[in-house]
Amino acid sequence: MSTLTVRGLEVDLDGTPVVRGVSCGIGSGGWLAVIGPNGAGKSTLLRAVAGLLPHRGRVTLGDTDTQAVRGRALARILAFVPQNPLLPDDMTVADYVLLGRTPYLGYLSSPGRHDRRVADDAAERLDVARFADRRLATLSGGERQRAALARALTQEPSLLLLDEPTAALDIGHQQQVLDLVDELRRARGLTVVTTLHDLTTAGQYADELVLLDGGRVRADGPAVDVITEELVSQVYSARVRVTTDTGGRPVVTPLRGPIPEGPIPEGPIPGGTDAGGRPGPR
Amino acid sequence: MNPGADRDARPAGHPGRRTARAYGIAAAFLVVAVLGSALVGAADLNPLATVTALLDRIPFVDLHSSLSPLDRAVLYQIRMPRIVLGALVGGLLSLAGAGYQGVFRNPLVDSGLLGASAGAGLGATVAIVYLGGAGPSAVPVAAFVGALAGVAVAYAAGAVGGPGTATLLLAGLAVGMFLTAIQTFVLQRSAQDIQQVYSWLLGSLATAGWGQVGEILPYTAVSTLVVLLHGRHLDVLSVGDEEARSLGLHPGRIRLLVVSACALAAATAVAVSGLIGFVGIIVPHAVRRLAGTSYRVVLPLSLLFGAGFLVLADTLARTVLAPGELPIGVVTALVGSPVFIWILRGTRSVHT
Repeated sequence: MSTLTVRGLEVDLDGTPVVRGVSCGIGSGGWLAVIGPNGAGKSTLLRAVAGLLPHRGRVTLGDTDTQAVRGRALARILAFVPQNPLLPDDMTVADYVLLGRTPYLGYLSSPGRHDRRVADDAAERLDVARFADRRLATLSGGERQRAALARALTQEPSLLLLDEPTAALDIGHQQQVLDLVDELRRARGLTVVTTLHDLTTAGQYADELVLLDGGRVRADGPAVDVITEELVSQVYSARVRVTTDTGGRPVVTPLRGPIPEGPIPEGPIPGGTDAGGRPGPR
Repeated sequence: MNPGADRDARPAGHPGRRTARAYGIAAAFLVVAVLGSALVGAADLNPLATVTALLDRIPFVDLHSSLSPLDRAVLYQIRMPRIVLGALVGGLLSLAGAGYQGVFRNPLVDSGLLGASAGAGLGATVAIVYLGGAGPSAVPVAAFVGALAGVAVAYAAGAVGGPGTATLLLAGLAVGMFLTAIQTFVLQRSAQDIQQVYSWLLGSLATAGWGQVGEILPYTAVSTLVVLLHGRHLDVLSVGDEEARSLGLHPGRIRLLVVSACALAAATAVAVSGLIGFVGIIVPHAVRRLAGTSYRVVLPLSLLFGAGFLVLADTLARTVLAPGELPIGVVTALVGSPVFIWILRGTRSVHT
């Protein structure tokens, strides 16, 4: 019922086309990862789906055309967490999580007992209830991300849009946050769309990937079809080796310097080398 | 355990109790300020008789006061209207300051922002310089209109520059400087009015009467109500425009409503008191230190503390140099600045 379908999405930022004719989608309860190099349009795509940017094309969630719902009604079906959520220093964690109830409150009403219970549940679920009375300024990177997720969950959405949820986190906290998101979608049937920087991580967690390049879809489908040495080296101009783990998911290993001998695909070696053995500019 | 961990774990205190305590302090502060101001002045009023006379005025309270008819007149016709007007002005200025700070997510913004003070100053100057004999009675109206017009122009100019609060603030700054330049020009052409204009600019409640209280009451009620109803929205706005929108709020709409109401509040205060600076910054700041940063608490508490603060400041203004008077703007700045720095010191020790 919360299948996400994006058809022919186009977004211009200051007159520059940033997302050009993107079509993608993910089934109810699925996890779609949007990957691509810097400036490929990942965040812009996500924000357009969240209804935060003017766009052309259709975005539907289940039977609902998101263009047709606005404001609070939209905020009740989808929640968006930006890459660097703005957490007011002096607000308490509890008050911050409770902001997630905003879409359910009338213009002049205040959060009631039910709202507080939903917020408390979300805080409990993301393990931030322990420090509900602390100021946001005192939270660590991982705690901040969990607080932001708790606020999003308090919206009781059916679609969760997360922009680089792990960008500022170390590997342990990355896994903690992504495991939580995975649990949440399984427990609540949430559909999840994330942009992710780390290709291996994206392949580990997402059901489907969409690879953006210059605002267009370069490849989409399951991880093994999208994360290949050929595509990654072309789209990212990167030197990588892609192997598969025991579960058949791709593992991306970045390589230093010119490509060494070994079972590597033929082709031009990107860049020459300077005196220090580092690749020169292309 | 590192020294920081202990501080990091510092809870904000039980929110409900903290809020209740803050309201208690605010109410006590206001009552003390009003009583103190009623007792101090040229005519020596008997404290007990004064208090009973005041309590007697509360509906359903019937007390006999030994105050003489003359003292009664001093209390009811001279001191009380000035106290009430001061309380209203202080409350309005503090509330407007707090409201602006919420809208602009910037605790250093004052109620005179967005061309309000400059517009009022220009309006009053023009009235004094060009309207001659009709000047004094026209000044409040001219200041009121000038303040609202200043904000309207700044808002329109900011909207042309694009969405967001930074453009609006900068536009307000530009409009303010422009209006001040015109005011300086007008004043410079008519040097004989400088004294009168300056004494207005520095603020005074010396001419207070019940008539003025009655005149500003409707504007006070409307602006106060609108601002107070938007505390929760200002809290949501504190996470930024985009996230506020993703929570279903219309930041632009909220901003226009709250800015309009704050402008009305500031214009109302300015019209009867002249320019009184600083109240709109220090009072909300002190309130945050006391009761946390949620605008649902900061707004009503700013109203109460601002009222008490200005009543005290006005008491000083009319007694320190008695029988002469200090401009109240001078008192708020003289008393306010050290207090503000003291508050900042406290803030630093928490944050660093």
